[in-house]
Amino acid sequence: MDIIEFITSIFTSYTLRNVAMGAAIMGGVSGALGAFAMLRKQSLMGDAMSHAALPGIAIIFILTQLKTAAALFLGAFVSAWLGALLVMVVVRYTRIKADSGLGLVLAVFFGLGLALLSWIQRSMGANQAGLDKYLFGRAATLVQDDVITIAIFGAVAIILVVIFWKEFKLICFDVDFAATLGFPVRFLDVLLTSLIVLAIVLGLQMVGVVLMAAMVVAPAAAARQWTDNLAKMVILSALFGALSGSLGAIISATARGLSTGPIIVLTASAFAVFSLLFAPNRGLVWDWLRRRRNNRRLAAVRVLEVLHDLSQNHTNPQHPHPTATLQATLPSYAVPVTLKRLESEGLVKQPTAGQWTITQSGIRRTYQLFNDEQTSSSPNQSQEVRA
Amino acid sequence: MSSNALIIQGVGIVVAVACALPGVFLVLRRAAMVSDAISHSVLFGIVVGVMAFELEVGSPFLILMAALSGLLTVWLVELVIKSGRLANDAAIGLIFPILFSLAIVIINVFARNTHIDEHVVLLGELVFAPINRVRIFGASIPEGFVVMGSILIVNLVLLLLFYKELKITTFDPSLAAALGFSPTLIYYGLMTMVSITAVGAFDHVGAILAIALMIAPASTAYLLTNNLKWMIILSAFFGSISAVSGYWVSNWLDVNTSGTIAAMTGVYFLLALVFAPEHGLLARFIEATQRRRRFAVEMLVFHLFNHENTPEQANESSVTHFMEVLNWQPEKITQTTNQAVQTGLVHRKNGQLELTGKGRQLAETVMAR
Repeated sequence: MDIIEFITSIFTSYTLRNVAMGAAIMGGVSGALGAFAMLRKQSLMGDAMSHAALPGIAIIFILTQLKTAAALFLGAFVSAWLGALLVMVVVRYTRIKADSGLGLVLAVFFGLGLALLSWIQRSMGANQAGLDKYLFGRAATLVQDDVITIAIFGAVAIILVVIFWKEFKLICFDVDFAATLGFPVRFLDVLLTSLIVLAIVLGLQMVGVVLMAAMVVAPAAAARQWTDNLAKMVILSALFGALSGSLGAIISATARGLSTGPIIVLTASAFAVFSLLFAPNRGLVWDWLRRRRNNRRLAAVRVLEVLHDLSQNHTNPQHPHPTATLQATLPSYAVPVTLKRLESEGLVKQPTAGQWTITQSGIRRTYQLFNDEQTSSSPNQSQEVRA
Repeated sequence: MSSNALIIQGVGIVVAVACALPGVFLVLRRAAMVSDAISHSVLFGIVVGVMAFELEVGSPFLILMAALSGLLTVWLVELVIKSGRLANDAAIGLIFPILFSLAIVIINVFARNTHIDEHVVLLGELVFAPINRVRIFGASIPEGFVVMGSILIVNLVLLLLFYKELKITTFDPSLAAALGFSPTLIYYGLMTMVSITAVGAFDHVGAILAIALMIAPASTAYLLTNNLKWMIILSAFFGSISAVSGYWVSNWLDVNTSGTIAAMTGVYFLLALVFAPEHGLLARFIEATQRRRRFAVEMLVFHLFNHENTPEQANESSVTHFMEVLNWQPEKITQTTNQAVQTGLVHRKNGQLELTGKGRQLAETVMAR
């Protein structure tokens, strides 16, 4: 399929349109709420709660024999929410820490879910095939009703975030301050957690229980690298989520046999990795380049200094010194490379091969660099030195 | 009991004990979710081993590859954390889904017809334990026993050799570093143990049960004891009884055994959560109530003592007066005064309360505090 045909098919094909829209909404909602989860250091809450949703899906199915999205949402939501509640109780009232609480709920609930699914498979037969998609996600099974359900619940979540914006912002950054101002911190905590649960449950059908957690973490991790402002971060995170949701779902729906969850997750993770490496300011590549430049400059200054000192200590200022001597004086610098670089700038020369001496312009540069270093290390310019 | 039932439970117990040993330290180090990350990304190593190096499922090299991919996860997570761009939990949540997704995509694309299947990974089926057998010294032994038994022995030997190091780096990393132990080295050693255990468990019981058996029994034990040795023994015990009871429940309901055992670890945890003598919810609730009551009695005694032999004594000692002064509800006043009278701290006289010698003594100790 060529690219034009592919793009038109997104707008004309029923399946693709459903898939793209459903996944975009799902990704947007989980991205937005994931930003809050990340700031509250609850990124892994998503992992635990998505696994905890599984027994709910199975129980609702056993009770009602229904496979409609809305019914299963309800079961998934209640069960994931109970899991979240259990984590909160365990962390609040015992000495068990959050990570153990999360891991425990994750494994125990999921184990229960698997046992129930196997029971459904054995006693209800082929019907179970429909529930299978909740493990790794099947985008192609999305119908219009599912998209409408996702859109309604997603809209509710986003509207609540907008209404409680100020309160959520406060409990993300300073819970104690929020409590002293008289905000109902416990209620807000439960509300925000419930919304995160809701976002997770929305994506289960597409991304699957196992990988849904990544949709809470990856878009937020990407967005965090681009801004320090909460509003911008939430919007960016929602955008990244929506984009990776629809891109991933479309890719997996067009290729046969691909599980949707992993493709969506890889798309979102690609955004995150790219942002970690290349985002302005926080990008690790810029950091690395800056550090390399500084190291080079420092090595150049040190080598010039040493050569200058040596020339001062000899009756003949042009007396050459072997590379090994210089390396021994400056053991922690890459002396040979630095010498080559300085030579190309005409700051040092080799009267005989492997024997180095400083040139006139090298001496001038030494004083200049030395003065620069003196000024740049003065306190009022300290932010320059940091890198 | 058939020999199959014995084998399944036996393998279950071996897995449970093998998981409990590293599990205790994961729980104590707040690194429990790392086991989740490792158990998932182990699949990546297996898939790469099978696809790229054409290793047989069950080959020791495959176990090595898988364990290495577990360590790769730990290393990548540490790398992201060290860069300072993401917090600990976000780093874990970012890294392991990437490896797991890659593994599943590879399976989807290249291995649709082979016997690797993403479901096997998570579900695992302990019921197959008696079927897969290997011959050792002419005897036919279930493979699960051999693999998990070896891993259990390795874990046990490592634990005995490095017990002191593990203990000190867990409870006081800075002291350990000051004494010359490398916390990083011990950390990676522990993670190697987790990876190998996860890989073995993965093949025989599924990733989810491995996570459950590492975290839940250790958490249960943590609620019951303050002693590290006892915590290890108790978590091995709770893991084992989860395996045995889980097997019987799954047998009875005819459902997935691994899932049921995982659920059973949760049942024992819930029991400990509610009923543990010192750290359980019930004990904490009772203790909080008793403390509140004791405090109320002390307040009462102190109040009476403060106004003893003063002109206001008559007024200050009347029961109705406490309502305003101490801001107590009528039930609380009745309950507190009754308790104070019963324990012989005060006695009633014409609708007023008067301190006894014992009550005066208590008030003095309260004041001296």
